[in-house]
Amino acid sequence: MIEFQIDTGSGVATYLQIVHQVHQALQLGLLEPGDQLPTAQKVVAKLAINPNTVLKAYRDLEREGLVQPRPGMGTFVIRSLPGTDPATLNRFLATLTKWLDSARAAGLGVDDIEAIYRTAIRNCFFEAVA
Amino acid sequence: MIRFAWLQFRLQAAVALGALALLAVMLGFTGPHVVHLYDTTVATCATHAKCSSAITAFQSSFHLLQDLGILVIVVPALIGIFWGAPLVARESETGTNLLVWTQSITRTRWIATKLCLVGLASMAVAGLCSLAITWWSSPFDRVGATQFPAFSQRGVVPIGYAAFAFALGVATGVLIRRTLPAMAATLVGFVAVRVVVTLWVRPNLETKIHTIAALHMTPGMGFDQSNNGPISVVGGHPGDWVFSDHLIDKSGHAVGGNFFNQGACLTNRGFAACVGKLREVLVYQPANRYWVFQWYETAIFLVLALIFGALTFWWMRRRTS
Amino acid sequence: MTTALETNELGKQYGRRWALHDCTLTIPKGKVVGLVGPNGAGKTTLLHLAVGLITPTSGTIRVLGGRPGDGPSKLAQMGFVAQATPTYAGLSISNHLRMGAWLNPTWDGDLARRRIEQLGLDPRQKTGSLSGGQRAQVALTLAIAKRPDLLLLDEPVAALDPLARREFLQGLMEIVAEHDVTVVLSSHLVADLERVCDYLVVLVTSHVQLAGDVDKLLASHHRLSGLRRDPRSLPASQHVIEESHTDRQSTLLVRSDAPILDPAWTVTPVTLDDLVLAYMGQARDAERAPQPRMSVIR
Repeated sequence: MIEFQIDTGSGVATYLQIVHQVHQALQLGLLEPGDQLPTAQKVVAKLAINPNTVLKAYRDLEREGLVQPRPGMGTFVIRSLPGTDPATLNRFLATLTKWLDSARAAGLGVDDIEAIYRTAIRNCFFEAVA
Repeated sequence: MIRFAWLQFRLQAAVALGALALLAVMLGFTGPHVVHLYDTTVATCATHAKCSSAITAFQSSFHLLQDLGILVIVVPALIGIFWGAPLVARESETGTNLLVWTQSITRTRWIATKLCLVGLASMAVAGLCSLAITWWSSPFDRVGATQFPAFSQRGVVPIGYAAFAFALGVATGVLIRRTLPAMAATLVGFVAVRVVVTLWVRPNLETKIHTIAALHMTPGMGFDQSNNGPISVVGGHPGDWVFSDHLIDKSGHAVGGNFFNQGACLTNRGFAACVGKLREVLVYQPANRYWVFQWYETAIFLVLALIFGALTFWWMRRRTS
Repeated sequence: MTTALETNELGKQYGRRWALHDCTLTIPKGKVVGLVGPNGAGKTTLLHLAVGLITPTSGTIRVLGGRPGDGPSKLAQMGFVAQATPTYAGLSISNHLRMGAWLNPTWDGDLARRRIEQLGLDPRQKTGSLSGGQRAQVALTLAIAKRPDLLLLDEPVAALDPLARREFLQGLMEIVAEHDVTVVLSSHLVADLERVCDYLVVLVTSHVQLAGDVDKLLASHHRLSGLRRDPRSLPASQHVIEESHTDRQSTLLVRSDAPILDPAWTVTPVTLDDLVLAYMGQARDAERAPQPRMSVIR
């Protein structure tokens, strides 16, 4: 059964961390359809977090169609996440490498590039209010 | 709640029972010996001379155990200090009151149960102690006619003392909330009330009897001319509680120190004639009032106990933690 | 009845000092509520009022739809763990459980015994010989075994070492997951709040400074940093809670329900800890300087 870790210093909401860890486990094959997710009780007994956080994460996963609760039995995985195929990953790696080369040629250092990267990730994936 | 109150009380109960058992053993073994000694020496003595030496010998026997009477005076105070004062104060001090008062029981039921359980136990302990010592001491009391001097150590009053000391202890514990100061306050309060009742209330529980009568000589009666006042009579009324007993002449004047030194009084017949000239002014409480006084004083202390019990109840109801 | 605890201008006065003043709160059921504030802020007073140990000087308080401490049935609905988790040092754990069974009609003996066994404690041990963390666990067991609807805990982890603290919170969260119970947890430590609480009340100098759902509070507060600016130049919909300036830079913590659209600001989210500290600091500054009192934020 999957075990969750929480990083309180990361600035990412706890329930989102759980959702991401389930996504990652599905992609890596640690979780397969038919597997049971740990009960809220088990999760909080280890992590000392509010059980509503776990329930919220599981509800999000249910809405994404990845898991389904079975009354009296638990929450079970019903679908796997298709891993991104290696060809697509290589294609984007090539694009990014080209971009990095041109950024370096323009005089940007590692710190500049990192700042741009973080802003872009935040704007794209997390709801920032700006 | 009764079971829980008993759970908290059982150690103190064990100590008390152990002490009572020890007392019972000591007195139980020696009691029959006392009675035997009394029957063979004092009860059978015939003449006055033989009796007085038999009495003196009897009274100096079992000396240590005779002093145990002091236990009956001390036990109520100990009950007040060790059973009464810590009852609520200890819980306030350790914070366990916050634990027990948030169980599904009201504070009034909690205090009522504890007051009743430990209060009744206190009265029983004091009562048993007094019973044992009163029974054991009865030959000595009979011989020395010490029932009024030993008033506080005999009969039913210790039950009243214990009830009052306990209730006073609990009340001070509720008010003061710290065990040691509550114990000190209880001791001081208890002693003060006992002193006041003994000195000023007990003598007046019924109106003292004042008599002026002809002087009758009885065995054991003597005269005390120590100060410059009127001659006072000593040992004239065994068993009664005498407050003042002095001699006046037929015209009501105090009889001075040298009255019996006159030549006329020094012979046997002359002495009788001298005695005939005198009157005895007596202020006393008669011996037959002893038990009435016992019940009166017990009632007073029981009422005081009820008052402090009610105060405790009332304070607990409106208390802030 | 959807509120676990409801107060209206609740106040408690001791002599001349108000331990709690003008406290108006509505705590919904089913939440884990963090009651935060410095020592002496009135947290213990509020909890003692809720459980009926003391009575209010002014205002009203209702718990689970009734008056606190109003008879054994109301007392049975509430579990309470007092500060420093007092227990009878001379009594064993099993005697404490007996006390619970004798004094609580709703006592669940199996739950209590199971929990003590899970904790690895010997029931014959006297509670006086337990460590602080173990005693806290026993006190929590006593409070939860009467199956309360509302569980109030007064600084239960303040005196515990980090491991004992973690174990206590693990146990508490497991209880919340297993039973339908509202928890109010007071603390003067701000850490651990975000993982455990989903409703927050900040109490400083005997007044409520902040109260609300944690999610909503975090969504409506933002940290802005940018070039040095006078905070009074901000629009009225943005309330400055905390500000700090250097010669070139300003950093503000603001409350705003609308999104911040000014491109001059770099907006970052605020953690619950920062939020609580900001409000506690604001309250302390307001107390020191004679200013009109800040309005209470819901």
